[in-house]
Amino acid sequence: MKKQKLVVVGNGMAGIRTLEELLKLAPERYEITVFGAEPYPNYNRILLSPVLAGEMTIQDITLNPLEWYREHDIRLHLGKHVEQIDRRRRKVFTPDGIEVDYDRLLLATGSTPFMPPIPGIDLPGVISYRDIRDTDEMITTARSHRHAVVIGGGLLGLEAANGLRQRGMEVTVVHLMPWLMERQLDQAAADMLRISLEARGLKFLLEMQTEALIRGESGRVVALRFKDGHEIPADLVVVAAGIRPNTALAESARLYCNRGIVVNDTMQTYDPRIYAVGECVAHRGTVYGLVAPLFEQARVCANHLAHFGISRYTGTLTSTKLKVTGIDLFSAGDFGGGEGTDEIVLHDPSGGVYKKLVVKNDTLIGAVLYGDTADGAWYFKLVKEASNIREIRDHLMFGQNASLGDAVTAGQANVATMPDEAEVCGCNGVCKGAIVKAIRTHGLLTLEDVRKTTKASSSCGSCSGRVEQILAATVGSAYSPAGSRDKAVCGCTEHSHGDVREAIRSQHLLSISEVMQTLAWQTPNGCASCRPALNYYLISTWPGEAKDDPQSRFINERAHANIQKDGTYSVVPRMWGGLTTPSELRAIADVADKYQVPTVKMTGGARVDLLGIRKDDLPRVWADLGRAGMVSGHAYGKSLRTVKTCVGAEHCRFGTQRSMAMGVKLERMLFGMWSPHKVKLAVSGCPRNCAEAGIKDVGVIGVDSGYELHVAGNGGIKTEVAQFLCKVKNDDEVMEYAAAFLQLYREEGYYLERTCHYVARVGLDHVKAAVVDDPLRRRELHERLLFALQDYEDPWQQAVEQPARRREYEVIPLHEVTA
Amino acid sequence: MSDWLRVCLLTDIPPLGSRVAASTQGDIAIFRTADDRVFALHDSCPHKGGPLSQGIVHGETVTCPLHGWKVGLADGQAVAPDQGCARRFAVRLEGDTVWLQLA
Repeated sequence: MKKQKLVVVGNGMAGIRTLEELLKLAPERYEITVFGAEPYPNYNRILLSPVLAGEMTIQDITLNPLEWYREHDIRLHLGKHVEQIDRRRRKVFTPDGIEVDYDRLLLATGSTPFMPPIPGIDLPGVISYRDIRDTDEMITTARSHRHAVVIGGGLLGLEAANGLRQRGMEVTVVHLMPWLMERQLDQAAADMLRISLEARGLKFLLEMQTEALIRGESGRVVALRFKDGHEIPADLVVVAAGIRPNTALAESARLYCNRGIVVNDTMQTYDPRIYAVGECVAHRGTVYGLVAPLFEQARVCANHLAHFGISRYTGTLTSTKLKVTGIDLFSAGDFGGGEGTDEIVLHDPSGGVYKKLVVKNDTLIGAVLYGDTADGAWYFKLVKEASNIREIRDHLMFGQNASLGDAVTAGQANVATMPDEAEVCGCNGVCKGAIVKAIRTHGLLTLEDVRKTTKASSSCGSCSGRVEQILAATVGSAYSPAGSRDKAVCGCTEHSHGDVREAIRSQHLLSISEVMQTLAWQTPNGCASCRPALNYYLISTWPGEAKDDPQSRFINERAHANIQKDGTYSVVPRMWGGLTTPSELRAIADVADKYQVPTVKMTGGARVDLLGIRKDDLPRVWADLGRAGMVSGHAYGKSLRTVKTCVGAEHCRFGTQRSMAMGVKLERMLFGMWSPHKVKLAVSGCPRNCAEAGIKDVGVIGVDSGYELHVAGNGGIKTEVAQFLCKVKNDDEVMEYAAAFLQLYREEGYYLERTCHYVARVGLDHVKAAVVDDPLRRRELHERLLFALQDYEDPWQQAVEQPARRREYEVIPLHEVTA
Repeated sequence: MSDWLRVCLLTDIPPLGSRVAASTQGDIAIFRTADDRVFALHDSCPHKGGPLSQGIVHGETVTCPLHGWKVGLADGQAVAPDQGCARRFAVRLEGDTVWLQLA
């Protein structure tokens, strides 16, 4: 296939990010030419502030060195303005005579600083703050001059002012509005910010209008005069009065512009061969000046340039973080308040902490944080996902950890003050310094990138929050939060777990290949992340119809035993309700002797674990256990694990209900139940709750009048106390309600989502509506679960009896000829 | 060079799956892709020695079951940013039969 020609005008973060995404999807499709007006390869513009403040260098912030362009055969024209597009002949031109043909054109021309029409605005010494050249000029001027004035007290102006102050200048910030950063902050937070910047030696003149910039004898600017006539000295004036989308080229080509270059949801302009991304575009009437939206646009644009054509950009909710070292400030969403909103405010002026949360109809719609921004990412996620916060409203202000306080998350609040050698990821032994270094040297911008490169939070994930905070603190507003509702299943697709589940249900898809075809999977047979998820969605949605694919199961669920670090397996025979007999124990002891099992211990779920069994011994071990009447304990699977019980009314002098019998019944009903993640139950015979039902997916607690049902507890990564669902009268109701809850989770849960995460996502009210309030729906759920489980056979027995299944366990001997 | 050894029939290996062959040079994982090509690697992940044969096969790559490293079937190289290499063995398909050569 002959390559098509793609020309990119704009060598900044949006344009190059689009190319990176495109090269991932379709590396061979285009012959690519890039024009950049600046004489540098793509760099991280957001990090100019740390460069100005002397905390980083230009090399540190380069994202794509020249070798990157060479490696990908990209023809790069640096320091070249494209001044004309001929849309009819599909060519672009530069003033010095370069002309290039295109099949597709991508405009990523960014924005230009707004220079207000003040007399003297064109004097030497008056600059904007946009690129490396401006930054260099500020650094040079700071060496030889004293007085700097920054016009504009917004994000960029303050970062410039702080940098110049760090470089030793006397800095005055002039701002037209009554408080700083009025688009991101309310007055209370802005005043605290002003006071702390004043303590660093910055001066502020608010509600002041500049009349003119005054020229000195040297020809340079020397002073600034206000409307009221008074003057202040100024050897350097930095104008940070906002930015304007750079639409000049697009307008000259008669592309429709309205504030920015107008694009649709696939990032196409009114000429379908011409795409546009970044600060130069207007999408649904919004022009974005922050980086997170640019990256989302880049992904969508690349998807269409690669001819996949399956993703849309629908706008981005943005958050702001000021990159001034030592000042923590965060804002997101709509914090203005107004009709129908409540403001939850914490204000400690001396302590330097201010937090305002704006709540409307049980959702968080905006947040302003000053002084302590540790929970910024969490609040932003709540705003973005419009999560229902009713249950957590009373401690919402105290942050994500207010209700946890366990060892795992303690200290999360203070990533900024953590020393570099502090361990962040306990699974992979990654310390804070290593994460920060990786983020800086590789220009990482997403949690996923950090995971891949450093391994931090890539195993159990419990430190994801901390890693995200380190990322946010290191790259500032370039950080794009993960975990949004629409996050793709994995790199093989653009579709989210919710989309995939919905498609399987509504289009009656029955096999993995059908799903991949229908949803245009981007890899031929998926990966180790998406295939197990698809397999689960298929068999749970269409039990009896969809075909289980063993090759798409994680090894534990394919071999029906737990893989250990040395490649041996562990076997956990099922003991219904935790009850056993002397003959079962004898059979287990015999197996341990016969196969020389090195370790025998009790599992967390109170079952016997036989560790260190060779894979090829597994079928024989199972055959022996099977003869004693034992079946698979599923201790390896995303499935029913165990029902833990106390002795209950059968023996206990306090027992009110027969918890052992109840546990046995539940475990037998649920045997062989596959689920999005593992499922654990417990039954206690009285409220003393010796079976620890409070931290189980379904916890049943006997009381004199019946049982209390608790759901969505978790004793693992994130200790979570189960929530009270309802009270029921008898054993049959326990079975029906528990089954209905678990079936709802099976039908709606995302793969690898525990019940606690599932309920946090959909809300307990949603669960109650289906399981408690609607008897018909509850019975249907119960019946669907029983239907799915009706033909389940013990996988151990199948492996013993069916030669085709047994093959999985057999090693092939090689007949080597000995010389 | 040593002789080619008969391993098994192609149909003895599930598509997108593998079998383990025991040799004097340790266990060897024989993989079969969706389009019926076969590859052989030393059954030991360059990361922490996990049995690659037990991983999920996708495209021309296997994901180690222990910690999720991805290893290329054709070259034995770990997929970036991970670094490391599993030893390769020559393997070929003749008719329905899989042959392997110990290095």
